[in-house]
Amino acid sequence: MNIFTFRGGVHPPEEKELCKDVPIREAEVPETIVVPLAQHIGAPCEPAVSRGDNVKPGQVLGKARGFVSVPVHSPVSGKVKSIEKALHPLGQNVLSVIVQKDGGGESEYMDPMGSDVECLDPKDILGRVLDGGIVGLGGATFPAHVKLSPPKGKPIDTLIINGCECEPYLAADYRLMLERTGDLILGAKMIGRVLGVEKIIFAVETNKQDAAAAISDALSGNTDCMLTQTKYPQGAEKMLIKAILSREVPSGGLPMDVGVVVSNVGTAVAICEAVRDGKPLVERVVSVTGKGVKSPANFMAKIGTPISALIEQAGGTDGQPGKVIMGGPMMGIAQSSLDVPVIKGMSGLVVLPREPYMLQRHGPCIKCSLCVQACPTSLLPSTLSIIAEAEKWELAEKYGVNDCIECGSCAYVCPSKRPIVQLIKTAKQKLREIKAREKK
Amino acid sequence: MENEKNKLILSTSPHIKSDESVPRIMLSVIITLLPAAAFSVYQFGWYVLLLYAVSVATCLLSEYIVVRLRKRPFTLTDYSAALTGILLVMVLPPKFPVYGVILGAVVSIVIGKQIFGGLGYNIFNPALVGRAFLAATYPVFISSYIAPRVSSLALAAAPAVDALSTATPLALMKFDAVSTPIGLLFFGTIGGSIGETCSFLLILGSIYLFIKKYIKWRTSASIFITVFILAQTLHFINPARFTGGLFHLFAGGLMLGGLYMATDMVTSPLTKKGCVIFGAGIGALVVLIRNFGGLPEGVMYAILFMNAWVPMINRGTRPRIFGTGAQHE
Repeated sequence: MNIFTFRGGVHPPEEKELCKDVPIREAEVPETIVVPLAQHIGAPCEPAVSRGDNVKPGQVLGKARGFVSVPVHSPVSGKVKSIEKALHPLGQNVLSVIVQKDGGGESEYMDPMGSDVECLDPKDILGRVLDGGIVGLGGATFPAHVKLSPPKGKPIDTLIINGCECEPYLAADYRLMLERTGDLILGAKMIGRVLGVEKIIFAVETNKQDAAAAISDALSGNTDCMLTQTKYPQGAEKMLIKAILSREVPSGGLPMDVGVVVSNVGTAVAICEAVRDGKPLVERVVSVTGKGVKSPANFMAKIGTPISALIEQAGGTDGQPGKVIMGGPMMGIAQSSLDVPVIKGMSGLVVLPREPYMLQRHGPCIKCSLCVQACPTSLLPSTLSIIAEAEKWELAEKYGVNDCIECGSCAYVCPSKRPIVQLIKTAKQKLREIKAREKK
Repeated sequence: MENEKNKLILSTSPHIKSDESVPRIMLSVIITLLPAAAFSVYQFGWYVLLLYAVSVATCLLSEYIVVRLRKRPFTLTDYSAALTGILLVMVLPPKFPVYGVILGAVVSIVIGKQIFGGLGYNIFNPALVGRAFLAATYPVFISSYIAPRVSSLALAAAPAVDALSTATPLALMKFDAVSTPIGLLFFGTIGGSIGETCSFLLILGSIYLFIKKYIKWRTSASIFITVFILAQTLHFINPARFTGGLFHLFAGGLMLGGLYMATDMVTSPLTKKGCVIFGAGIGALVVLIRNFGGLPEGVMYAILFMNAWVPMINRGTRPRIFGTGAQHE
């Protein structure tokens, strides 16, 4: 079998063995859950319930506002305790619905549409994707129905289902591929039906051969499963498209510009459930792992569950945690509090013990060029970091700072431990501010 | 304080780092130089060991003083100053006076490195800046070589000023048209600068650095290929006047320069294409100076000259950014 890959990238220790063999299990839901009304890229939801209302599982808590927006549903049966601002894993305080659980079971899901993909109207599937509150579950949380509605001039010929899961530690997608192979393929076919693609390709890294084999065995027709090299950031959609199809998404463009849509395996399973069973996106798989938790595990966790409850169910922290990261250690977001809830974009919680390097001061760039070799977009990260330190924002733009995908490969390999990604993010932010000023 | 300890650490991604570090890189280079350094002490005597000690000590002291004056964090533990000290001695003749070495070490660190802002900011290879300064200050000492402990017949037969002094293979070639067999050059039973004579041990040491990607193979390969092709071409045109490519590869400071000096991370290009251009420039200059210049050896000036071009080379060889320029389909 051919193994596909891209130029650059790094090989951080995989650390997947911590939780990859732990089957997904239902996480217990605490008495009170916090459901943020902004869990996707785009306009936040408008509250659809009021304080004191009784809600059922699957009931809409927040209505979508605008095209780039999706509704948020109640994961449990209970009573709306309050609607107030609460700390969100992305760091801001966000309007959230606080639900007090009451133990009732009756759910208010949408009508099941069946699993005969050929008989389904693509428009109905698309409507269900929106109503089900589906977003990209790989972490980007871009509303799925928007991605599945490319403009007329952008024909899509290939759908790639991204099962690379190239971030170290995480195994949520791996478990889904193994345990929910049928649902995954059905979901992928539903997406393919909406897009009218000629070909569906499942992409899986070589460190998950058993998952790739499971998918291959269940495939038929115009679908294919391809192995990609175990290398970070293989799962970055631009790198994945390049690896598999040798197509380059143009600078500033989207996959649809080269006729491709990339969808995460979690998203495909969620779409399958929303269409076939009428179940909205009220729970997701979260790997709770890292050397800082006692028994790493994969949970099917209800949206809104405080992360402290998940860490508790993974045996609790082992010693004083240094960092708790939402997502993987390469691109995830460090959390300041364990009270934040599980959101749709949370693929994992990585708890790392306190290590000296976390607070180490960085040194000067010694021009070793390890970052230049690692950069998957062929930038000069070392030069960009120096330009950003000198606050020459326009020069940073000329050196392609906006083409950076912030994968962190450069900062990972840097022997001087320079905060290259942070400097690049700052430069991008400053450039946005400059552009906004110029518009005025 | 207890409260402070319980807080979660917040910083941007990535949250993990590779275990590469500047001290590890510098120390690796030093360790891989040790076989050649030990051989130089064996060949040229304990005096050379004294020079190494004096040079390293002076480099460390100069760095410490300058860094203190500039109120910058302590840098001696990154081993870069110690490395400069070792390299400086390796490119000097074996009987070079101690006070000269002290002067050269001070110039290397202060003028070659710290004046530009310290490690990472210097344009020229610090050890070579020191040597260039000494070449101008002590022109006689810098060109006086002695015979090594284990020497070869070809050199013994060469005209000698006194019992101890000898000529380097490059000087023999240039001034007396005497070529030295490659085997002697390879194993270092010849006269020359302290650390440059044994090509074999230098190559052996560098293999580890290539594997670890601490030095860029394109730079060295480009230098050696250019030198070989140009020298061989000249030899082909006029064999009586010009020696062959293999001789030029292993004679003089080319191995030390091509493996350990030109590949200095700070003063060589970032890009792959840049490394090739940089190496080709050095190689061409070496052949030109050796064959047509007034000096028998040109590695130092070739590297220093090309160091100056590195910022331009970097600018001119920026790689094509993903998703721009040529489209694939």
